[in-house]
Order: sequence, then structure tokens, then C-alpha cells
Amino acid sequence: MEEALRFFYNNRELIFIIILSIFLGIEVISHVPAVLHTPLMSGANAIHGVVIIGAIIVMGHADNILAMVLGFIAVVLGTLNVVGGFVVTDRMLEMFKKKKTKN
Amino acid sequence: METFTSQISILEMSYILASVLFVLGLKKLSHPATARNGNLWAAGGMLLAIVFTILFHKKDGAHIGNIPWILAALLIGTVVGWLAAKKVKMTAMPQMVSLFNGMGGACAALISLMEFPHIPEELIAHHGMLNGETFTIMMGLMIGSVSFSGSMIALGKLDDKIGDVKTKLMRYFNLAFLLLLVAMIVFILLMPVKPDMIWIYLFAALALIYGITFVLPIGGADMPVVISLLNSFTGVAAAFGGFLYDNQVMLTGGILVGSSGTILTILMCKAMNRSLLNVIIGAFGGSAAGAAYDGDKTVKEISLSDAAVLLSYSQKVLIVPGYGLAVAQAQHLCHELDDLLTSKGVEVKYGIHPVAGRMPGHMNVLLAEADVPYEKLTEMEDANNEMNNTDVVIVVGANDVVNPAAEDDPASPIYGMPVIKAWEARNVIVMKRSMAKGYAAIENNLFFHPKNRMLFGDAKASMQKLIAEIKNL
Repeated sequence: MEEALRFFYNNRELIFIIILSIFLGIEVISHVPAVLHTPLMSGANAIHGVVIIGAIIVMGHADNILAMVLGFIAVVLGTLNVVGGFVVTDRMLEMFKKKKTKN
Repeated sequence: METFTSQISILEMSYILASVLFVLGLKKLSHPATARNGNLWAAGGMLLAIVFTILFHKKDGAHIGNIPWILAALLIGTVVGWLAAKKVKMTAMPQMVSLFNGMGGACAALISLMEFPHIPEELIAHHGMLNGETFTIMMGLMIGSVSFSGSMIALGKLDDKIGDVKTKLMRYFNLAFLLLLVAMIVFILLMPVKPDMIWIYLFAALALIYGITFVLPIGGADMPVVISLLNSFTGVAAAFGGFLYDNQVMLTGGILVGSSGTILTILMCKAMNRSLLNVIIGAFGGSAAGAAYDGDKTVKEISLSDAAVLLSYSQKVLIVPGYGLAVAQAQHLCHELDDLLTSKGVEVKYGIHPVAGRMPGHMNVLLAEADVPYEKLTEMEDANNEMNNTDVVIVVGANDVVNPAAEDDPASPIYGMPVIKAWEARNVIVMKRSMAKGYAAIENNLFFHPKNRMLFGDAKASMQKLIAEIKNL
């Protein structure tokens, strides 16, 4: 029990951020029209590619071959998530934009 | 926490800015007019976070090393990701989202695998394995792995390469499997010393298998919901990484996606009038349900010229598109037909079911690509309210979303799902390649309905011939 309390105390600021972010995430997208479900999912998909920061950190401190190889793969996969995600989303939204300029 | 240097301070500032850009990006993404900008803002935030991490990040006083390798990996990922995203057909978008989601999950899992050996010995000396670091690493590993393998199965299902496995046994098996994974985490946490890596690899392998068995029994028609759910899983996995590195931008980015993804998943389930639990454990489609089919029912066909005449002399026409429209790439012809009929004084509207296609909003994206004006797209409720005054409903490659069984057959697996009530219109024309069943693999009584006539053939070819026929009138 004391361990759990200590863990909470040591990470109280992060836990604070987490709780507030949860509410923020819910609030930000709660009134989205059905038309945008797919692009929104795709955009959110790209944002969780932020995991690449972790991959860069591990890779940046890798000191053996195995870690290097795994780190390299992790950075490539993370980049795929980020770049692919944003580009696909942009392609979906491009079509909405085209229509907007017309009207 | 690193001690203060101006570089660390700048890095943290860039993280705050990136987080703000993520939030604003998501916010803008939820309004049609600003959506594209929103995506760019979020991408800008990501670029900022990546560049500043490489430049200024420090761990135990050491800067990021191996920079040439990192840049090489970034380059490969960028080129491949960019090309894949640019080349993919609009119809295969859902598969792409699923694929990229899986990549993010795999990335999170790999990070955990690499960080496990680095759990500080002095931490273990004091508390054994029962510490926050081990917990976050194990959770990141589990969620990331499940998200990866689950996304790959979802991808296969969207491509129709993987069928549904529907046995009740699978449900209990999955529950037991999940308990096993949780038990393994507890077991590792309670160890006094760091276990051999082989246990961690075994755990990762089991989590990967769980991802497969988790998605396998879920019906193909529910893949959009599954992808959205796995999307929020990956967000949570990224957030665990943020916890591990005390990295706020990973934390906010991950949690934002985790929570907004969960809400989005629930919204999608609501659109189908089902609960998330029902989607996950209640296998959709198939089984013995809907066996009320008897062989006597007859299907009427309509000739092209009859269809052309019927359409030309109608007042109101409603087009109900489905995945078949996407497969046949018939959205441009659809718009042409619409223009042609409109020029003849026919009022043409589109009735969009929220889950038509393989992703919510899939049809909106496709029709927008063909320049169909936004005002012509009506949502399901509005389309249904107008149905009594509608002369002809043309169903193009849709099936389950116009199935009357959802209304009148309690035995049907889609019973209770709101559908577009095409049969309430005066006439129905169904464009379809064959009498094959829809994605949910259930019989559709609309095809046998007295008001309905079938126009067999590929949607694109039929549409082309129909347009030619109307022009000849």
C-alpha cells in the first residue's frame, strides 16, 4: 500500500496531466459530425505516433547491436505511423476542401 | 529529472507547444471547415517535438547519439509512409489507417522490450520488481503488442483475406487469455529480482497472440469500431511510454488519442445502436440466426431502359451508396447520373447510413471526392422521414444498411440496428453484382420485396449504361 502511495506521490504531476488530458480529449471531440469520423480517427491515429519520441530516445542511447537493431526498427515504424497517418488524413480532407472553395 | 540547462528548458517549451498544437489540431479536425488545417497543425506539433528531441534531449547527461542512424530510420519511414499514403486508393483508406495504427503499436512494444533491461538495479534492490517503471514497461508492452497484431488481423479482415471465427468457446478462451496476461504482469511485479529476458519475450509473444484471438471472432462488419478501439489502445501505449520517460508530450499526445479515441468508438457503436461490449463479445452475422429464408422467394430484374424511364419521370430519387460503390469506383458516375437527372428536374439526394462502407463517414469522403455537393447528402433519419414521398431509391452496392430484417426479424443478428427504410419508397432499384450476401453475411429480404427490382452487374458498368440510356430517351 505504501508503495502505491509513494508511486502516486512521486508521479503526482504526471497523474494530474493524465486526468486533465482525458477530460480534454473527451471535450475536444464530443460534437463531431459523422462526416468527420473517419478523418478524425485517422488524424488521432497520426498523433499517437508521438510514441516515436520514445523510439528516438532509446535509439539515441542504444549501446549494443540488439538495441541498435530494435531501435532502428522502432524509429522506422514510428515514422511510418506519423508520416503515413498525417498524409492519409490530408488526402481525405483535401476532398472536403475542394468542395468548400467551389461554394 | 535532469538538472537545469537552457537546452532542457527549451526542449520542455517545445513539448508544451507541441501539446497545444495537438489539442488545437484535434479541435479543428472536428469541424469540416477547419479540419485540414487541424491536421497540419498537429503534424507541425509532431515535427517540432521530433526535431527538438534529437537536438536537445539528454538522459543522464548524455545527448542523443547514433544520430546518423536515427536520421536514416526517419528517412526510410518518411519515404515509405509518404508513398504508401499517397498511392493508396480511396477505397483502401481504412486498411491504411489500420496498418499505420499497427506500426505505432509495434513501436511502443519495441520501446518496452528495449527498456526492460534498463530498469535500474538500485530500484530493484530496494523494492524488488514492484515499481512504477516495471509496471509502465509491462503495460506498454502488452497494449502495444495487442494493438499491433490486432490491427494486422483487422487489416486482413477489411481486405476479406481473413474470415470470421465464430465460436462461443473463443469468448471464454479470450477471457482466460486476458487473465493469464494480467497474472503474468502481477507475477513479474512480485519477483524480488529481475527475471530473465526470456520471460519478457514470452509475455510479448502471448500478447501478440491475444491481439489475434481478440479480433478474430469479431465480425468483419464491425472492423471500423475495432480499428477505432485499437487506435485508442495505441494512444494509451504511447502514454505509458511518456510515463516511463517522464516525457510530457508523449503523455499528452497518447492520452488525448486514448480518450478521444474511446469516445469516437462509443459514438460509432451508438450509430449502430449497439454497445461496445456487444460488438466485442457478441459475434456479428452468420450463426444459425436469420435462417428463416425459404427458397420460394423470387427476385425481379429490371431492364436498363425500364430503369432509365422510371428515373427520368420521377420527382424524387434517393441514392443509397454502400461499399460496392467504393469497390467499383463508381462515385464519379454516380454524380454524373445525379447531374443528368437534376437537369431533367428530378430531385436527387443521397441517403448516407452512418456505417455504410467500411468506416464511418466513408461514403461522405468518397462522394466529396466526386464533387457531390454537401447539401445533397442526407443523414439516415432525414432520409427515412422523406421516404414516403420518394419515388425511387437506388441502392448502389449497399446491403446490410437497407436490410428490413433489422426492423422485423428479432432473430437476425442485425436486429435493432437503425437502417435506411428503402422499402417505404414507391420503387427500389438495387444495383448489385450478384445475389451474394453483404458484409455481415446475412440474407437481405429487401431483394425479394415486391417493390424492389434488381439491376445486376458491376456498379460502374451498370451506372455507365444507365446514364447512356437516360441520355437516349
